[in-house]
Amino acid sequence: MRTRALQRNLVGAAAVLVSIVVFLIPFAFIFLTAAKSASEASLLDMSLPSQWLLWENFVQVMQTRDYMLVRAFVNSTVLTVVSVTLMVVMAAMVGYVLQRRSSRWNPLVNVLVLAGLIVPPAVVPTIWVLQTIGLFKTMPGMIFIEATFGLSFCILLFRAFVSTIPRELDEAAIIDGAGPVRLFFQVVLPLLRPVVITVIVVQAVNVFNDFTGPLYFLPGSDNPTVQLTLYNFQSQTMSQWNLLFMNIFLITIPPLVMYIFFNRQIVSGMTSGAVKG
Amino acid sequence: MTTLVANRPSADDAVEPRKRRPIKSSYPTWFYIPAGVFYLVLFAVPTFASLYFSLTRWTLFEAEFIGLDNFVQFFSEPMLLRGFTNTFIFGFLTSASKVVLGLLLGVFLTSQLAARGYLRSVVFFPVLVSTIGVGITFKMLMDPFDGVINEALALVGITGPGWLTDPSLALFSIALVDVWKGVGIATLIYIAGIAAIPQEYYEAARVDGANAWHRFWRITVPLVRPATTTVVLLSLIGGLRAFDLIWAMTRGGPGFTSDVIGSVIYKQYQAGFFGLSTAGNVVLFVVVTAIVVPISIWFNRREVER
Repeated sequence: MRTRALQRNLVGAAAVLVSIVVFLIPFAFIFLTAAKSASEASLLDMSLPSQWLLWENFVQVMQTRDYMLVRAFVNSTVLTVVSVTLMVVMAAMVGYVLQRRSSRWNPLVNVLVLAGLIVPPAVVPTIWVLQTIGLFKTMPGMIFIEATFGLSFCILLFRAFVSTIPRELDEAAIIDGAGPVRLFFQVVLPLLRPVVITVIVVQAVNVFNDFTGPLYFLPGSDNPTVQLTLYNFQSQTMSQWNLLFMNIFLITIPPLVMYIFFNRQIVSGMTSGAVKG
Repeated sequence: MTTLVANRPSADDAVEPRKRRPIKSSYPTWFYIPAGVFYLVLFAVPTFASLYFSLTRWTLFEAEFIGLDNFVQFFSEPMLLRGFTNTFIFGFLTSASKVVLGLLLGVFLTSQLAARGYLRSVVFFPVLVSTIGVGITFKMLMDPFDGVINEALALVGITGPGWLTDPSLALFSIALVDVWKGVGIATLIYIAGIAAIPQEYYEAARVDGANAWHRFWRITVPLVRPATTTVVLLSLIGGLRAFDLIWAMTRGGPGFTSDVIGSVIYKQYQAGFFGLSTAGNVVLFVVVTAIVVPISIWFNRREVER
């Protein structure tokens, strides 16, 4: 008995050691480099900084290029909040009707949803469409794009979850005189809360981290997003690794905070949604 | 209010059939419309338009029909063709590694183990971190001379390779980082799958004298099949479409040895060859569909047979 417990702890300790080398050192490297002076950072090693310059580097990276990073954070926040809200409402409506009503359209809708998951978006034609409707290089355009590309994943999650809500609830509400809109928004949507939270968290991380979308559909420095700013920063300031890594450090914080508070929702969303897909 | 509503139906069960008709119209088709409009305008129209524009020389304002020239060029220019073959290498390599590592980590992290919660979190966290951030970080760590990895290898007397500067190695180094970043989600899915296997099977096998190796191969592997399906499909869809990690780490270089279709599309777009770029998109579309759809059908059929 005791040897088994000992063995368990030994294996655990070994695994923790390996995990530190494989998974924590890269993050430690980000943090340490972000705290160094420019000349120390250029050595690219794992040493502790001789002077902790976290705050100085923070201020400096914020001020770079006329507070570009501040604007980027504002833009990314707006983009994330609005597009995820749109996604949740639209996808919940589809997932709900799709699960509740069996019609001959259902197979077609299901195929379209799966296609949205599998088919890579056609880049230049999308730019062409955006330009035709006057939304290319605008925030609304980018918001709509993110909302559209995220729909399929959300619909699958909602459809799976709606099936766990008893139909009797709908019927009772209908007998009480609720119309379809009231039925959905006042009876069903509140009951979807757990999956709504999951969708919000997972998609917020996705949109916030999206690089390809803004690269194609929101170029230029008028509306920077954080991922694009980081990328451009890398190509411009070849000598200031400390500022570059401060930038990486800063954009890692929002997902980290999300993870700490919504660990369970993220995990359930990523597994359940995936299993249904 | 909820309890009131919840209690009602049991009394009404008997009359249910009569109410079917009005209930049906409570799920209006127009609920599809908002999502449908977005999907149609920003996804379906561009996808169908790409089929036409891939056959043109295109400046966004005018398109000149040139038949299959773009595709001919795509498959005859070595640098574009390299992107095509690399896509398969990258997609299959990362997908296979994630299945194997994810399964092993899943088994490991569901066993009785000290610090299990910490280990699960730490394996999963890179999934949530910005791909560009990860790419830049590993580009520094993999620096051939000053990089932390090669300096650590030098301490034990090994001369580390030029991870991202050696043309024959760059793609594999990026694949390694992709697995590092993505294995957490595979592990998570496998943990969920393994947790769903009834413990009795293992006990019965143990009574019958099966060792750990047998229990793994005869019970765990067959019974986590749904999880395997998910991991394979998700990582293939992601791996074949890969772009941002590759772009952040090497931009397809050195030369074009780590190009994939995703980066070819971007390069041609940047160069203003919109028709060629769109042709790349169509090729990617065909590749992803031709690989993912049959695999998913095959997996699903096997599942039904069992």
